[in-house]
Amino acid sequence: MSQRPTNLLEVDKLTVAFPGHVAVREASFAIAPAETLALVGESGCGKSVTAFSVMRLLPTTARVATGRILFDGNDLLAASRAEMRRLRGRHISLIQQEPMTSLNPVLSVGVQIGEVLRRHERLSRRAARARTVELLDLVKIPDAHRRVDDYPHNLSGGMRQRVMIAMAVACRPKLLIADEPTTALDVTTQAQVLDLLGDLRRELSMAVLLITHDLGVVAQWADRIAVMYAGRIVERASIAPFFAKPMHPYSHGLLGARVDVDAEEHYLTDRLTEIPGSVGSAAGEAGCSFAPRCPMVQPSCRVAPPPLLELADGRAVACPITVAQAGATHGVAVG
Amino acid sequence: MRMGRRIAATFKRTAIHAGPTVLGIIVLDFLLLQLMPGDAADVIAAESGTATAETMAALRERFGLDKSVFTQLVNFLSHLATFDLGFSPRYNMPVLDMIMTRLPSTLLLMVTALSLALLIGIVLGSIMAAWAGRWPDRVLSVVVLLFYSMPGFWVGLMAVVLFSVKLGWLPSDSSMTIGANYTGWAMIADRAAHLVLPALALASFFVAVYARLTRASMLEVQRQDFMRTAEAKGLHPFVIQLRHALRNALIPVTTVAGMHLGNLLGGAVVIETLFGWPGMGRLALEAVLARDFSVLLGVLLLSSFLVILANMVIDLLHAWLDPRIGVS
Amino acid sequence: MSTPDLTTPLPVTDLGNRAAPRKGRRLRAFVRNPTFVAGAIILGFVVLVALFADLLCPGDPQDMAGPPLLWPGDDAEFPLGTDSLGRNVLALLVHGSRASLLVGISAAAIGLAIGMVVGSVAGFFGGWVDTLLTRLIELFQTTPTFLLVVVIVAIREPSLQTIALAIGLASWPTVARLVRAQFRSLRESDFVVAARSLGYSRTRIIVQEILPNALPPVIVAASVMIANAILTEAGLSFLNMRDPNVVSWGGMIGDSRDQLRNAWFLTALPGAAIAATVLSLNLVGDGLNEILNPRSDP
Repeated sequence: MSQRPTNLLEVDKLTVAFPGHVAVREASFAIAPAETLALVGESGCGKSVTAFSVMRLLPTTARVATGRILFDGNDLLAASRAEMRRLRGRHISLIQQEPMTSLNPVLSVGVQIGEVLRRHERLSRRAARARTVELLDLVKIPDAHRRVDDYPHNLSGGMRQRVMIAMAVACRPKLLIADEPTTALDVTTQAQVLDLLGDLRRELSMAVLLITHDLGVVAQWADRIAVMYAGRIVERASIAPFFAKPMHPYSHGLLGARVDVDAEEHYLTDRLTEIPGSVGSAAGEAGCSFAPRCPMVQPSCRVAPPPLLELADGRAVACPITVAQAGATHGVAVG
Repeated sequence: MRMGRRIAATFKRTAIHAGPTVLGIIVLDFLLLQLMPGDAADVIAAESGTATAETMAALRERFGLDKSVFTQLVNFLSHLATFDLGFSPRYNMPVLDMIMTRLPSTLLLMVTALSLALLIGIVLGSIMAAWAGRWPDRVLSVVVLLFYSMPGFWVGLMAVVLFSVKLGWLPSDSSMTIGANYTGWAMIADRAAHLVLPALALASFFVAVYARLTRASMLEVQRQDFMRTAEAKGLHPFVIQLRHALRNALIPVTTVAGMHLGNLLGGAVVIETLFGWPGMGRLALEAVLARDFSVLLGVLLLSSFLVILANMVIDLLHAWLDPRIGVS
Repeated sequence: MSTPDLTTPLPVTDLGNRAAPRKGRRLRAFVRNPTFVAGAIILGFVVLVALFADLLCPGDPQDMAGPPLLWPGDDAEFPLGTDSLGRNVLALLVHGSRASLLVGISAAAIGLAIGMVVGSVAGFFGGWVDTLLTRLIELFQTTPTFLLVVVIVAIREPSLQTIALAIGLASWPTVARLVRAQFRSLRESDFVVAARSLGYSRTRIIVQEILPNALPPVIVAASVMIANAILTEAGLSFLNMRDPNVVSWGGMIGDSRDQLRNAWFLTALPGAAIAATVLSLNLVGDGLNEILNPRSDP
């Protein structure tokens, strides 16, 4: 277990299965209050499922097989549905990836934001509307007084995402889960929305679980990072040490696959680093899921999935080979 | 008011669009009727037993049936401009009056049936969607499919057997107890009692359509991202279904309901005949058998108007339900 | 659900199906769908009854066969009783299936033929052709279907052919709309652009390229059309607009209206037969819809 005292969110050995495949395997991580943890990985590695599990918003076909999710000390997986409804929107909120489809097309923006306020803070319609206009100002939507009655299709993608953010921060949640909040936006809008999120999390002292596959965003933004591969957390670290020296072979590959403006690479002379193979090659593997693509693979890797070993300075890696190579001291295996 | 402007614009658009359509209908129906063997004079003569050539010629001249098709058409159109639908040889009164005596009854039946069908259908469909895949859904799906397959008039007949013959609860003939001269609440109760069976018979098929459509529509909506957003806000499931899901799901249901209004009149023909309901459907049937073309044309014209009006109402309803639809 | 064993490997996805020949795979999809199978069985039963009506109940069903108004079960010779004219109800039911199926199928065929031609031309060519044809469709759709059928039937003596023609003429607009919508969307797809760039004639593009892709909803609509045609024919027969030489289920119901008090089985049985036949068609239609437009909801 992590040695940090009083974490806001503690996910402990979470396993989520769908009929036919296991999406998340024994994932463990923690987020301290006002801290930003980036959950990174390829499409389909289980990041979104993990995020939705925290709020218990999984589809009915999903089953949480093992694990605990502690929020402020309470196990969310054991909570009643009514308790979850009290938490959602109030203490934990969600921003989804696609602003086009995440808002109800037949209700005005003001109604959709006001809903959260009236549900959790018991505001009257007038008070909720006033507060909604304030929120729209907060997320820097121009002409908020008029915009409050607009429908989603009257707004651009960037503005819709701002509305989503306004909805999410309306009740000053302690934890904000942002599932690839800028992936569907163009580059300029991305920067604006990220700036906004940055300001807000500082002002409101929010912890953020940031799901993304964009390492640039992670480097700028996050305090800590957790890397997922094929449903497992393979590395956990603070940002600076991670970017300075990634340990797990997959993390290596991820960072190597970046294009660096300063590196002066040219396609005639250099190649981008690829990670050979694909995620699918992990099906049927008895050992480490990354083994088929790993440059450092050994016979021992294929026997059983390697446990996540805790190292000094809060780092954890699921690769005994790397750990041995680095000569770091072992901590207690965290599973 | 946004709504007021929208209504005016839709009205104008419908009128412009419908003009040629109505004209086309008149011409088409007129020509169609001319294809029918025999005319009103034949039928009247046959019924009254006076089939001499002179009387027939006199009848024809009286009702303008001896003129050419083209002349008759022109006469009809010019009369139409003054809201005169002509004169009925069979009923011996102006066609417009004839229709007006029957129109309220038909409207009452149709509106009641459609409203019942929508209400019951949407509720059933929502229940089926909420319990999708489990036994309430399966049982209701079978029931709904059965109603979809049974002829409406047969449902009416079976209902008559049960509620009129065996149980004696409800009447099975006409729209009111003739000769009783009820007033006030007694009259309303009497009319309502007579309305129940025909309305249910007419509605039975459509209940099934709306139930199935609502179910499919609600299930489709559940998969949208904004449903997860609503859940993530901590709203109660009831609120989510009612405020977020239903308004989206109702859009296809209302479209189909609007299309049905036209067919409702046709379905009413059989039901009205069955229950002796004094409506336009029965009138149309009698007119066909009596070769009373004036009345028949009048009914066809009026029902076309009804369809056009229904489409307009549906357009407006859509615009209200779905703000993405603008006024063109 | 039990805890999945995380140390054993995941089973490799069953790829066996992909190796099977395409036609066999298609057929299996049909057989595996319970809705389709149930409907097909009932429909098959009705078709068989119609085909072998003369074998099952030889003789003219409209002949007087026994004492009138016998209840089902009263007499072993008339298992389903007799009507007010003493005719064997079972024989009437069996022979009546022919009228329903014949009218249903031919009316749907006519409606489909006209609708597909009009719809494909309107959808493919667009422009003034489309506008004109759409107006024509609207014209027909603004008149209540049943009234239109009644009027057309009244033009000639009611016979099975006339009724089928009338229903077909009244129901083609729905198909035309559907086909037109399909053609309009498929017209812009890549494979059509490719065909045009290869210089294929327009007829060839319509018939060989677009039409096969536009068919799935039309196939589903066909079963619905047959069902509706049967229901319409029943209504017409009930109103006495029917072929007097042919037994029909709707006609049986119409004939027995006066006996509603005492012999309501005369109304119930033919109605149940109609319902069962239409139900089977709806099941087939639903099953086809599931097979041809697969979705993931329960």
